[in-house]
Amino acid sequence: MSEIENKTEHGSMDGAKECAAGDPKNDTGLGLGVIFFILAFLICFLSGWLLFPKLLYSKHEQPFNFDHALHVQETGDCESCHFLREDGTFSGIPKTESCLDCHTDEPMGETEDEAIFAAEYVAKQREVPWYVYAKQPDCVYFSHAAHIKAAGMDCVTCHGHIGESTSSRPYEENRLTGYSRDIWGNNIWGITKNPWDSMKMDDCAVCHEKETGHKGYCFQCHK
Amino acid sequence: MKVDRRSFLGLGLGAVAGIAISPVGAKLTDDSSIWTQNWPWTPVPPDGKITYGQSVCTLCPGTCGINVRKIDGRPVKIEGQDTYPVNNGGACLHGIAGLQYLYDPCRVKTPLKKNNGRFEPISWEEAITLVAGRLGKIRENQRPDSLACITDTNLGSVPGLFSHFMTAFGSPNHFTMQTLESWLTQTAQTLHGSGHTLGFDLDNADFILSFGAGIIEGWGSPVACFKANSGRMQRGAKFYQIEPRLSNTAATADKWIPIHPGTEADLAMAMCGILLQENLFDPEFAAGFRGGLNRFNAMVQQKYPVDQVAAITGISAADIKKTAIAFAKAKMPVAVPGKGRGDGAQSLKEFAAIHTLNCLTGNINKKGGTFVKPVPGYLAFPDPVQDAVARDGAAQEKLAGSAQELVTKIHQSDAPVVDTLFVYSANPCYSLNDPMQTRAAFEKIPFVVNFTSFMDETALASDVILPISTFLERFEDVPSKAGFAGLVVGLAQPVVDPVFDTRSPGDALIHLAKTLGGTMGDSFDWPDYKTCLKSLVPGIWNDLSKSGYAVVSQGPPAGRVRTDFAFLAENPSTIQPQGDADLTLVPIDDMRVASTAPASSPFAIKTVSDRVIKNRDMFVEINPKTANGLKDGGFVTVTTPAGSAKVRLNFNEGIMPGVIGMVKGLGHTFDNRYVAGKGVNVHELISPVIEPGSGLDAAFGVKASISKA
Repeated sequence: MSEIENKTEHGSMDGAKECAAGDPKNDTGLGLGVIFFILAFLICFLSGWLLFPKLLYSKHEQPFNFDHALHVQETGDCESCHFLREDGTFSGIPKTESCLDCHTDEPMGETEDEAIFAAEYVAKQREVPWYVYAKQPDCVYFSHAAHIKAAGMDCVTCHGHIGESTSSRPYEENRLTGYSRDIWGNNIWGITKNPWDSMKMDDCAVCHEKETGHKGYCFQCHK
Repeated sequence: MKVDRRSFLGLGLGAVAGIAISPVGAKLTDDSSIWTQNWPWTPVPPDGKITYGQSVCTLCPGTCGINVRKIDGRPVKIEGQDTYPVNNGGACLHGIAGLQYLYDPCRVKTPLKKNNGRFEPISWEEAITLVAGRLGKIRENQRPDSLACITDTNLGSVPGLFSHFMTAFGSPNHFTMQTLESWLTQTAQTLHGSGHTLGFDLDNADFILSFGAGIIEGWGSPVACFKANSGRMQRGAKFYQIEPRLSNTAATADKWIPIHPGTEADLAMAMCGILLQENLFDPEFAAGFRGGLNRFNAMVQQKYPVDQVAAITGISAADIKKTAIAFAKAKMPVAVPGKGRGDGAQSLKEFAAIHTLNCLTGNINKKGGTFVKPVPGYLAFPDPVQDAVARDGAAQEKLAGSAQELVTKIHQSDAPVVDTLFVYSANPCYSLNDPMQTRAAFEKIPFVVNFTSFMDETALASDVILPISTFLERFEDVPSKAGFAGLVVGLAQPVVDPVFDTRSPGDALIHLAKTLGGTMGDSFDWPDYKTCLKSLVPGIWNDLSKSGYAVVSQGPPAGRVRTDFAFLAENPSTIQPQGDADLTLVPIDDMRVASTAPASSPFAIKTVSDRVIKNRDMFVEINPKTANGLKDGGFVTVTTPAGSAKVRLNFNEGIMPGVIGMVKGLGHTFDNRYVAGKGVNVHELISPVIEPGSGLDAAFGVKASISKA
């Protein structure tokens, strides 16, 4: 038997001995390994759940606070501001010009937010650089008209109860993809309870399958 | 306790296990795949409200109506306008790439003044004052005729304003570049008297005999011609193409008749002889013949016998006869002159001889025929106000018959011929034959003012540059031209605010005239160009402003046409290519390459075949039989009396042996990495040959030799 074989055999025997239960001489090594395992596990597990989402998303405050509830109360519905244009395209976030249907450069109320809007945007004829929570990437073609008009869907089905909010929550942007956090959903595992909890392709497919019997074809949205 | 290998193993396993049952893996996998589908450096155009702006493309004489798609006011796409009577919804590659001209790297962004060979930005006020000061001195010296002007065309209110300016100033020296329209007008004037031009009803003709006209390669109004060619195939009209090369047009024709370059006039003369000899001309139309039909007949029978012409042209006598008879016997025959795009150097003799074929058939001013129509007269310019100095100046003899002749004269003369030159929408330092000579002539002109949107070769040779808004940024009336049968006037309108500190050329001229004051100010008594335009087109302004165009004439013009044979009866000589080498080099018009101003867009250049230009190397087409052992793709030097160039060979069995061809519109030398520095400018290999009588450049080609480089 060569020296190497001797060593190997010896080594493997050592390993067997170390792994054997009830050998008090080796208990500390194993115990330390377990402690290290548990420590690393806990750190990584907790980081993955708690720290990772914080690192993955950057937070941005909206230019000023917007009270959806107040505006819905004043205008009566969502369509007053978020409407379909004559050619069927969707207006999305209203331009300052649309706001001027009601507003002037003199604030109508007394909130600080409206004062910012009047002074910084109306008076200076600038567009408000809103962060759009529901913004889909450029590779997705989405027709609001097909969903609102043809399918008769309600805004809430996809956008949730944003119309009832009285303040603008911070916009969270995925540092890697540049997507809004609302697309994946707030739950880091992607678990959702309501249809508006996330806006990924699978969410579209779930509803399409349910309503039309088919998930849809690639080119319907990716043109 | 000892930290050993197993501790680290525990640490690693713990970390892996911890991560594995945290969302990190799943989420990062998803995000990574999304990241690769949406590269963050790929620009994403912002979304917004879609609107359309209506205008007319002025990139070529085609004058197509366009719709510009805009997102929140930002133009993003050019489409053909469905209802526009010229292009009926179609658009060519240059038109759809038109937005690139807005942001072209060569755009002149602000007025410029040359100082010790370098351009310095100045304000509009400074630039106008500078030019007005120079013009003031010319008038003080009582030499207003030493102001000359070169514009791309003389049609429409903007060239009209330049003409108005020149007359009010007191100079007869307004020249236009050679265009298909200028050739047709000169032909019509020679045969039918002044005030006429020609149009061709290709949509309805049943036999089109084209003498090299690139019907699908940019001749006339390109999109209208594409449509006419498609329509021809559907209704079964015959189309014969006579040219030395199997061009795309020849390939779509019913018959391609190869001909020795430069002998088209002789062929047309011989065909006229056959028609007269065989009594195949229209006696009714012949009643309007004037000025020596008999002399013409005797001359063609004597000088252009078919056998002799067969030897000159390389077409068999039988073919010449058969083609002439088939043409004469067709119900609605049209003979089309103008090689390639029709705007290059050719001869008046050739145009006149070809059009005489139309006159002999009598298919003039009839559906499916050739229209002898009045030159557009929809503009009501007031008489310019002239003082004594201006009257004396305007009465002087015009310096030359064409821009090419003017440049040649300046180049050859020791004494100063022109003190100040205006250039508008033209690039003579590139597109005239022998541009080196043109540039040398420009250096001899003390003061060159260029009204241009782009820093091209001529702009670089200018002293003051007044930056002009592009067709997407300004108003202008745009009349149809270049052989289009009817007369449609379109209104180019600003679809976007000027991107840079540019102005409409009309506004620049009005500003200049007002700064000069006196009779010049009186002659330009408009507050701005838009008001001026409105007052110049009182009859059609309503149509222009409502629908964006006005149809001034449609269908065959009324009235009898007289035809004067005096010019051809004298048998003007056929211009021979210069040099005595074996090969004949001819320029080729390629639809994908713009050959005049403005230069091609980057998009258009990207579409050019790599058998025309590959990287920076230019190809010359040659028949393998003529190649004498040289290899396809190999480098050669083409030498002509005007110069030489290193190019690569492109073997093409579709070009006649003995003929070589190079595409026009390449080899620009200005600072634009997308368009310039690619290939050779074929004009550099050809010297101008002024046709006696017409004053026009007739150097359609040149003798050349090739040798291995």
